[in-house]
Amino acid sequence: MLAPVSHNLALTTIVRKRQLPVKGEVITRLNKRVLASDVIAEAEYSHKHHLIDVARILGITSKAAEKKIGDIRVGQNLAAGTVVASGGGLFSPAIKVEHSGHVVAVGGGQVLLDISGKEFELKAGISGEVIELIPDRGAVIQEVGALIQGVWGNSRISSGTLHVLIEKQTDILEASQFDISLRSLVILAGSCQDAKSLKSAADITVRGLILSSLAPSLIGLARKMPYPIIVTDAIGKQAMNLSAYKILSTNNQRENVTVNAAPYHQYKGTRPEVIIPLPHTDLPPAPRDVETFSPGQKVRMRRAPHAGATGTLRRLPDGLETLPNGLRVLAGEVKLDNGEQLIVPLVNLEVLG
Amino acid sequence: MASVIEGDSVLTLDVGSATTRAMLFDVVEGRYRFIAIGQSPSTAHAPFNDISAGIGEAIESLEEVTGRKFIDSDQRLISSVQEDGSGVDAITATISAGATLKIVIAGLLSDVSLESARNLAESTYARVVESISLNDSRKEEEQIDAILRANPDLIIIAGGTDDGASQSLKKIIEIIGLTAYLMPKDKRPVILFVGNQKMEADVRETLEMLSSGFHTTPNIRPSVATEDLRAARKELARAFIEIRKKQMPSVEELDMWAGGRALPSVFAEGRIVQLLSKLYGSEKPLLSVNLGASSTAVSVGFGGRLQTKVYPHLGMGAGIAELLSHTSTENITRWLTIDVSPQRISDYVYTKALYPNSIPATQDDLQIEQALGREALRIAMSAAQKKLPDGVPTLKKNLLPSFEIILAGGSILSNAPTFGQSLLILLDALQPTGVNTLILDANNLLPALGAAAEINSILPVQALESGAFVNLATVVSPLSSSRYGTNILKASLRRADGSVSVVEVKQGGLEVLPLPIGQVTDLVLQPQHRADIGQGAGKKISMQVGGSALGLVLDGRGRPLDLISDEVRRRSLIKKWLWTLGG
Repeated sequence: MLAPVSHNLALTTIVRKRQLPVKGEVITRLNKRVLASDVIAEAEYSHKHHLIDVARILGITSKAAEKKIGDIRVGQNLAAGTVVASGGGLFSPAIKVEHSGHVVAVGGGQVLLDISGKEFELKAGISGEVIELIPDRGAVIQEVGALIQGVWGNSRISSGTLHVLIEKQTDILEASQFDISLRSLVILAGSCQDAKSLKSAADITVRGLILSSLAPSLIGLARKMPYPIIVTDAIGKQAMNLSAYKILSTNNQRENVTVNAAPYHQYKGTRPEVIIPLPHTDLPPAPRDVETFSPGQKVRMRRAPHAGATGTLRRLPDGLETLPNGLRVLAGEVKLDNGEQLIVPLVNLEVLG
Repeated sequence: MASVIEGDSVLTLDVGSATTRAMLFDVVEGRYRFIAIGQSPSTAHAPFNDISAGIGEAIESLEEVTGRKFIDSDQRLISSVQEDGSGVDAITATISAGATLKIVIAGLLSDVSLESARNLAESTYARVVESISLNDSRKEEEQIDAILRANPDLIIIAGGTDDGASQSLKKIIEIIGLTAYLMPKDKRPVILFVGNQKMEADVRETLEMLSSGFHTTPNIRPSVATEDLRAARKELARAFIEIRKKQMPSVEELDMWAGGRALPSVFAEGRIVQLLSKLYGSEKPLLSVNLGASSTAVSVGFGGRLQTKVYPHLGMGAGIAELLSHTSTENITRWLTIDVSPQRISDYVYTKALYPNSIPATQDDLQIEQALGREALRIAMSAAQKKLPDGVPTLKKNLLPSFEIILAGGSILSNAPTFGQSLLILLDALQPTGVNTLILDANNLLPALGAAAEINSILPVQALESGAFVNLATVVSPLSSSRYGTNILKASLRRADGSVSVVEVKQGGLEVLPLPIGQVTDLVLQPQHRADIGQGAGKKISMQVGGSALGLVLDGRGRPLDLISDEVRRRSLIKKWLWTLGG
């Protein structure tokens, strides 16, 4: 059976394709080293327009209005106050542009201006080297280091030096733990169960928060925070899985740690992830995104009664197994890291690799 | 692909957001039968992003079960039955996987054409993300920007009765044309025009080149008082597949395997409901409910007419957290026999949302999952009830009518450890009235049969009669205003061997008379104390009933079902009801 994979890797080669949603201009170059928050491409992706309906304003036909509009062309920049058309009579005032913008359509006696004035900026999302340029769209970036994938993110990206604030994987974050010495750092911070902690982190302008779990009631607030937040294990109250905790806690004070809190999206394939650049000689193997369940794999339980626990898949029994609640499912025999042996539905497992 | 003639074997593929199924139908002793099913987790989502891996695994699993090969050594489908028995004569395909479609609807009047466009949009896996009409007070540029922000996959344009006014519709077409022009070419939506047929040529001329696909159908609102979605539903189904082809690799190939007849699962399911409602005539409607991972779907067929509603905010998978904004945790915990905090319900829901394919592994979690299923189904049914086809008879206002058949599917129902659990979820959530036969689609065959119906009209009917579905029970739910504990219904079953079983149900009670599958008996239902089971207060009904998994169930718990507020007593009652239905 095909297995979902979550990456918790101490050293791997990470390659990420970053693309604009629409055609635009790539502003990075090949072999350049970038930081996660660097802009690598831009596009005009405007959702703010101003329509000047000359025909309607002057009460004339579209054809007549086209003549009045004259030589205004698509692509032309028009400053506020520019006269678009004039009625010509004593009581027909000139029609002026209200907002500066550039013309995106002219026709039928109408002029449509793009007045957003803002460009869509695509951030690198990962530190590393640009190994391929995608014309008009973006780039492929490669980094070597540790990779930890999470389950939830608040859509923000940043990078900074990693600071381990917790002593064990079960720690719960307290607002009082934040002080000014943590400013501009990426904080490994356990489980967050109160709003004060999130606000305190914002007050001292942290660069990112890596949490084991987050109370469901804080999701809305977490989305509003100006810094990236990544949850590694659960929405609720749960300890960090041992494998992620070990990798993160052994990289205390590493620099340029990327916190890309892209929300998990089933179909787009985005996942929140922490990337820790590490020194290397040769390129380590890239992670495998697709696995088939097989004995010997390191696995993590996704659901109760052992949610978050890690272990080794020992056996894949033939046929269906009956769970204590009566459900009959394809299952695997797992030996947890604490030595306990149990039968777990395969759909409740993910391969760590 | 070989054409289907009577006697051909049919392989049906259904790609759901959680599970991909391969089902084989073939002729056994002169009649079509459901032979076997192979299943695999779906691979429409990341990291696979290609439905073919899931389809391959599901077919492989079917090969293991049947011992028959469908794929050759070059990984190609064996498209006709070979001498060694390998291969299959025809393939059909249905899809419910993929992100919910974003639809913009446009029409003239919000309570006329726009309402019909909304009804059409809500008959598939979609959300209406923006709407424009003559009633819209926004400036034109604001409407344009709103559509751009919505980034729709599809725009449905309705409006104007046939031969009616066209000038107002022109204005709306201009706005949509201008918006589409501003979109990057690879982001332009598919456009479905379902309005004034006189305008069709003009609309095509303006919008065809500005869309990524242009479809047109007869007017869904040919007159102000008439709504007719039949042709539009079919065209919408094709537009849906067209969009999926662009979004998901291998849908193109799947559609080719199916001879260009791949369908959205909910459309195929509706087709069967419509077909059956024609067969059963116009006395009682038919109901189909599907508690799926991506949505809950409700279809009601009545005298050949169909009403389908898809509720993407009531799916039991990745979007399950939305359920919490449509109901309270108290509404969920009221169905439990255990003490569970609102916090735990919330944690459960978010964990399920993070891992939509995962299942409850403990007894408590199973109860929570089933309680969530009850709520999703209850809310969906309550919304669908407001839009029943015209003329559906009801016993009492605001209550669900009596249905000839209630067909139910979805993994919470079909994977429940006992049929009693499946039935109790349905009775609690739907609360049918009168006499109803409840049937469980344990293998999610309904979409498959609907797709097969297009090429072989005999297959679905014979497969339905062949025992491929689980007849759960015949349920009698009297309406009564008697006091708790008063006798409200007496049922007498006279079996073929002459033996008679009699049972009485009290107000608030639930009783079962076992009647094994295969038996047919005479049933006399005598309401007491002016209870009503469909023929009027106190009126007796005599009928023949067939056996089923649970037999005859008399549900005297009241409509609407009013759960008592005392937690201890309520939990004990729910345990008792479950025990009555076999645990």
